[in-house]
Amino acid sequence: MVTYHRPMTDDDRVFKALADPTRRFLLDQLFERDGRTLTELESVLDMTRFGVMKHLRVLEEANLIVTRRSGREKLHFLNPVPIRLIHDRWIDKFTERRIAALTDLKRELEDRS
Amino acid sequence: MTATDTTAADTTAADSTPPTKPAATTQVYRVYIQATPQQVWDAITQPEWNARYGYPGHSEYDLRPGGAYRGIADADMLAMGLPELLVDGEVLEADPPRRLVQTWRFNWSPEIIAEGYTRVTWETAEEIGGITRLTVTHELEGAPLTAEQVGGSAPMVEGGGGWAMILSGLKTLLETGKDLGIHDA
Repeated sequence: MVTYHRPMTDDDRVFKALADPTRRFLLDQLFERDGRTLTELESVLDMTRFGVMKHLRVLEEANLIVTRRSGREKLHFLNPVPIRLIHDRWIDKFTERRIAALTDLKRELEDRS
Repeated sequence: MTATDTTAADTTAADSTPPTKPAATTQVYRVYIQATPQQVWDAITQPEWNARYGYPGHSEYDLRPGGAYRGIADADMLAMGLPELLVDGEVLEADPPRRLVQTWRFNWSPEIIAEGYTRVTWETAEEIGGITRLTVTHELEGAPLTAEQVGGSAPMVEGGGGWAMILSGLKTLLETGKDLGIHDA
């Protein structure tokens, strides 16, 4: 086995973090309203506080959330940069032109109607 | 994307009224870059660097409290009818290469100008292994249009991408020496 020591933004960690539906749900919650406390996030999930904390830790290690102190509270913010990096490195290469072409076509057709 | 799409649709439909959905008032972005804090600082503040990632155009900083910040459009953006001074602001704090605090206001429509100045904080921290952690905090109270723009919810062809796109490009440039090619789009 070869082991790598790579930075926390490692794509592997992002994919691993995103592979879990609860963690994706947490990100969706933050997308809807950013900067929530653990208590707020816990209230939307049928799960123990400890379980939610574990998921949040995986997301933080993947750099998908960033926490910030605000007074006595710890707020969780969605950080889309790692997803953007994957987009730029991988997906962009294959899809951007096609998506741009389709967006142009859609606009052109809608403008005519 | 549903929440943002709804907000965008509401804005268009309602025309002159502001979006009803309260946008998050602070956005936080973080990226880890294989570079020194000084290199990251230069890539943010020096026009020869900051012209090469993010949106077309470049940024100029007068790096002292009260100094001007100017985000300047390039020829293509001018041809699209955008103002030359796309973004303006003021440097509030400059502690190279650790901390830069500035104000930020977009200038391309009366509505977005009316939102006034928002506040951006750039912070670098040196990590082990020659890595710099860069955190950008954008305080956006009372600036829903600006929040939508920097949040990157609009499609790329309509100027979407926001901070995530800018910081991804900054990392790629410093680590590979390559521009992301967005400028050719």
